[in-house]
Amino acid sequence: MATETVLHTALTLVDQLPALQILVSFIAAPLIVVLGSRRLAWPIAFAASALSLVIAAILLSQVLDGSIISYRMGGWAPPLGIEYRVDAANAFVLFLVAAISTVVLPYARTSFSKEISTRHHTAFYAAYLLCFSGLLGVTITGDAFNVFVFLEVSSLSTYVLIAQGAERDKRALTAAYDYLIMGTVGATFFVIGIGFLYMATGTLNLADIADRIAEQGSNRTIRAAFAFIVVGIGLKVAMYPLHRWLPNAYTYAPSAVTAFLAATATKVAVYVMLRFIFSVFQPNFLFEFNTLEFIILPFALIAMFACSFVAIFQSDFKMMLAFSSVAQIGYILLGISFLTETGVTAAVAHLFNHGITKATLFMAVGAYVFTANGSYYDTIQGLGRRMPLTSAAVVVGGLSLIGVPGTAGFISKWVLVQGALEKGWWPVAILIVASSLLAVIYVWRVIEVLYMRPTPENCEVREAPMSMVVPMWIAALACIYFGLNTDLTLSAAQTAAQGLMSGSAGMR
Amino acid sequence: MLEQIPTAFLYFLAALALPVLPRGAIRGVVLLAIPAIAALQVWSLPLGNLVQLEFFGFSLDLMRVDKLSRVFALIFCIAAFLGNLYAWHVRDIVQQVAALMYAGAAIGAVFAGDLITLFFYWEGTAISSVFLIWARRTVGSFHTGMRYLIIQVGSGVILLAGVILMYVDTGSIAFERMELGSPATWLIFLSFGIKCAFPLLHNWLQDSYPAATVTGTVILSAFTTKLAVYALARGFAGTEILIYIGAIMTLFPIFFAEIENDLRRVLAYSLNNQLGFMVVGIGIGTEMSLNGTASHAFAHILYKALLFMSVGAVMFRTGTSKASELGGLYRTMPRTAMFCLVGAASISAFPLFSGFVTKSLVMSATAEENYPWIWAIMLFASAGVLSHSGIKIPYFTFFAHDSGKRPKEAPVHMQLAMGITAALCILIGIFPEPLYALLPYEVEYQPYTVGHVVTQLQLLCFALLAFCFLMRTGIHPAEIRAINLDTDWTYRRMLPRLIQWLSGPVGGIFKGIEILKTTWLKGMIITLYHSFGPQGRTSQFWPTGAMVLWIAVLLGITLMVSYAS
Repeated sequence: MATETVLHTALTLVDQLPALQILVSFIAAPLIVVLGSRRLAWPIAFAASALSLVIAAILLSQVLDGSIISYRMGGWAPPLGIEYRVDAANAFVLFLVAAISTVVLPYARTSFSKEISTRHHTAFYAAYLLCFSGLLGVTITGDAFNVFVFLEVSSLSTYVLIAQGAERDKRALTAAYDYLIMGTVGATFFVIGIGFLYMATGTLNLADIADRIAEQGSNRTIRAAFAFIVVGIGLKVAMYPLHRWLPNAYTYAPSAVTAFLAATATKVAVYVMLRFIFSVFQPNFLFEFNTLEFIILPFALIAMFACSFVAIFQSDFKMMLAFSSVAQIGYILLGISFLTETGVTAAVAHLFNHGITKATLFMAVGAYVFTANGSYYDTIQGLGRRMPLTSAAVVVGGLSLIGVPGTAGFISKWVLVQGALEKGWWPVAILIVASSLLAVIYVWRVIEVLYMRPTPENCEVREAPMSMVVPMWIAALACIYFGLNTDLTLSAAQTAAQGLMSGSAGMR
Repeated sequence: MLEQIPTAFLYFLAALALPVLPRGAIRGVVLLAIPAIAALQVWSLPLGNLVQLEFFGFSLDLMRVDKLSRVFALIFCIAAFLGNLYAWHVRDIVQQVAALMYAGAAIGAVFAGDLITLFFYWEGTAISSVFLIWARRTVGSFHTGMRYLIIQVGSGVILLAGVILMYVDTGSIAFERMELGSPATWLIFLSFGIKCAFPLLHNWLQDSYPAATVTGTVILSAFTTKLAVYALARGFAGTEILIYIGAIMTLFPIFFAEIENDLRRVLAYSLNNQLGFMVVGIGIGTEMSLNGTASHAFAHILYKALLFMSVGAVMFRTGTSKASELGGLYRTMPRTAMFCLVGAASISAFPLFSGFVTKSLVMSATAEENYPWIWAIMLFASAGVLSHSGIKIPYFTFFAHDSGKRPKEAPVHMQLAMGITAALCILIGIFPEPLYALLPYEVEYQPYTVGHVVTQLQLLCFALLAFCFLMRTGIHPAEIRAINLDTDWTYRRMLPRLIQWLSGPVGGIFKGIEILKTTWLKGMIITLYHSFGPQGRTSQFWPTGAMVLWIAVLLGITLMVSYAS
C-alpha cells in the first residue's frame, strides 16, 4: 500500500513531527524531576500529553490515505540510521495512546491525591511520562532494536507505577515484582529473537529485515526468531497462558495507572506483534500459518472462555475487569490468527474499541475506590443511586464490553464474526457469540450489585468529583460515538490491515 | 407529514417525553393518545416501503407496509391503547415507559423490512418488556424477570447469528419468505420459535406472564408471541413442520391448564394453546389459512387481553388469582363477571363472538388441505380451550363455591377498558367483514352458514351441558355413570378423566426433564466454580516460577510447530 514515501527533507516543524512525538514527553519527564516542583508536575505532564495528542492526530490525518512517513533520526539514512516510520497502523495506535493518556491525566490528578502520598508525586509523573513516551516510541520506531529499547523504557517505568499501589495494598509490590520477572523474561526472549533476525539478515531496520527475509525465504534461524519474538511479545500482550502477571498488576496498581495501562500497554504490544508477524515475517510462510492456527488460535479461544469464567466468579470489580481484559485480548489474537484482512481489521478495531471501553470501566472503578475505598462487590453494593453518573458510565462501558449494538464493542466483534465466517470457521463464530454471553453475565453481576442491592445503612458515599467523572464520561461517550460512527475506526483499521497484510511490500 | 415518521418512533418519542411530564392525568392522556394517533397513522398509511435508512452500508427498511404487517400493527396499537386504559391508575413511571417502548418496539418489528431492523426491535421488545415483570418489585418477580430476559435476549442473539449467516450466504438482509435448510434459516427459525413459545421452548411464557404486575400481564400478553407469529407468517409460511409443531402446541398446554390453580397461569397456558392454532395456520400456508392466522391473532389479542383484564381486576381487588381462593364474586363484581364471560365465549368460539369467525378459518383451511389428524387434534384442543378457559376461568372466579370474598366492583377505567374490549369481541363476532377486509388476502369465507353455526353450537352446548352435569353431580358419583351422552360427545365426558390420567405421566415427564436440566446446570456451575472460581486453579495466585515455566513450555511448543512445518 506504499503509494508514496515522503523522503526525509526535514525542513519545517511539521516534518519533525515524528521525532517530536516522542521527544515532547521524553524531555518533559526529566524536566519534572529537575524542577522538582509538586505544583508544576501535573501541568507539565498534561501539557506534554496533550501536545503528543495533537501531534498524533496530525500524523494520523497524514497517513490515513495509506501513505507512509519515513523520518530519519539525526539525518542518518536507514538501514544504518534509526528510522521512524508512521503508517496507518501505528498512527492509529499512537493516537489511541496519546488520547487515553490525555483523558486519564486530569482524572489521575484527583485520584492520585488520595492514593499516593504527595511527596512521591513529582517522581510519579516523571515515571508516568517515561512509560508514555516508551509506549509511543515502541509504536513509532522502524528499528527492531529501538523497539526493544523503548519496550524496556515503558516496562521499567510501568513496574514503578504499579508498585505505587503499595500505599493502599501491599500486594502491589508482589504484583509489580511478578510483572518485573515476567516482563524481563519476555523482553529477553524478544531481544534474543531480534538477535536471530540480525544473524539471519545483518540488519536491524524493520523494513530492511522484511525485504531480506522475503528474498531469502525461511530458514531455521528465522523460524527460531519468530518463535522467540511471538512468545516474548505474547507475554507483553498477556496472551493466555502467559497472562498471569496482568490480573494482579491491574488490580493493585493505582486506579489511574490501571486505566492508562489497560487501554494502552497491551494494545501497543499487540501492535508490535502485528508488525512482526505480518510486516517483518512474510504472512505466507507456512510455519507462521501453523503457529497462528495451532497455537495462537486455540489459546485465544481458551482465553475467551476461561478468563470470562474467572471474571464471572470474581468478587472484586477491578479484578473482574482485569480478567475480562485477558478474555478480550483473546478476541484480538483471534482476529490476528485468521490471517485475513478482515481478521486483522477486526483485531485493530477491537484494539481501539476495547481500549476506550476498558478506560471507561477502570476509571469508574477508580471512582468507587476514591469514594467508597474499595472495589469489592460488598463495598460498592447499592451505590448505583449514590453515584449515578459513575454507575451510568459503568453501564455504558459494560454494554460496550458485551458488544451490544450501538456501542464500540459491537463494531469490532461484528467484523470479527464476519472474519470467522469468511474463512468458513463456523464453530469459531459461534464461540465468539457464546463467549459474549459470558460477558453478559459478568457485566450483569456488577450492574446487579450497583443497582439491585440495597445501599448499606449509614453509607455516606457521594458522587465522585467532577474531575473524575468528566474524563470517565468522555471515554464513555467515545464508546457510544464509535459505536455509531464507524468511519474513523473501521477505515483506519482497514487501511492498517491492508498495509500489514501486504507483508514486506507494506513497509515500502 | 405523519407518514414520514416510523410508527415505532412515535412511541419512543412519547416514552422519552413521559418522565418530564407532570404526574397523573397528563401522562395518562399521553399514554392513550399515542396508540390512538399511531393507529390512525397505520390506518391511513399507503402500502409500500416508506422509510429507508442507511446504516453501516446497509439500506434498512423501517416501514414496510403491506397488508400482513398493517393488520398486526393495527391490533398492536389497539392493544396498547386498551392496555394503557386498563392501567390508567398506575402511577409507576417505569411501567408506563416500558409499556410504550415495548409496544413501539413490537410495532417497529412488524414493519421491519429487513432482518437487521427486525433484530434491533426484536431485542427492544425483550429489554423493554422485562421491566413490566420487574415492576412488581418482589424477589420472585426479579428472578422470573431475569430468566425471561435471558431467554428473550438469547432468542435475539440467535436471530443475529442467523442474520449474519444469511448475509454471508446470500448477501441479502431482506426479510422475506425463507426455506428451511441452511443453518442460517434454522437459526432464525429457532429464534422465532423461542418467542413463539414452541413446545419445550415455551417455559418462559408460563413462568413470566403470571409473575408480572396486574396491568403488565395484560400488555405482555399482546405483543411478544404475536410478533413471533407475524415473523413466522412472514418468513416461514407453508413450512410443513410448523403444522406438527402447532398441533402439539394446541394440545399439550391443555393438560397443564386443567391442573393449574393460578388462573393467570391457566390463561398463559391457554395463550400458548391458541398460538398453536395460528402456527398450524402458518404451516399450512394457503391464503385461507394465513388469513385465518392473521385474523385469529387479531381476535386472540383482544379476548386474551379481556380475560387477563378480568382476572387482573379480580386480583387487583382481592390480591389473589388462585382458583382455590376465589369464587362467588359475581355478587359484587357483576360487570367484571359479564366481561369475563364475553372473553370466555370468544375464546371458546361461540357464534356471534370473535373466536368463532377467526378460528373456523384455520380449521376449515386445515380440513381443506387434507390434514385429518391435525384437524382432529385441533378439534380436541378446542374442547380443551372451552374446558379450561371458557369454563374454568369464569366458573371458579365468579361462581363455584362462595369464597366469602365481597370485593368492590373493578375501578371505572378498568371496566371501561374491559367494556371496549368486550364490545370489540362481540362486534367482530357479529360483523366479521371489516376484519376480513383487513386481512392479507381476499376472503371468500362465510362463517355464518347454518352448518357452521349448528355444528359449533352443538359442540358447545353439549360440552356445557356435560360440564354442568358433571359439576352438579360431582358429589354423587352414582349419577355420573347414568349420564347418557351421544356417542359424538362421549369424549367430552371422558375428557376430565383422560386428562387426569394423562396429566400424571405427561407432567411427570416434563418435570423429570426440568429436574434433569436443573441438576445438570447446577453440576456444571459447581464444576465451573471449582476450576474458575476465586479458589480455582485458573484464578488462583500463581507462583512466579510457574509462570516462567509456562513461558518455557509455550516457547517449546512454538519452536516445535515452526520447525516441523
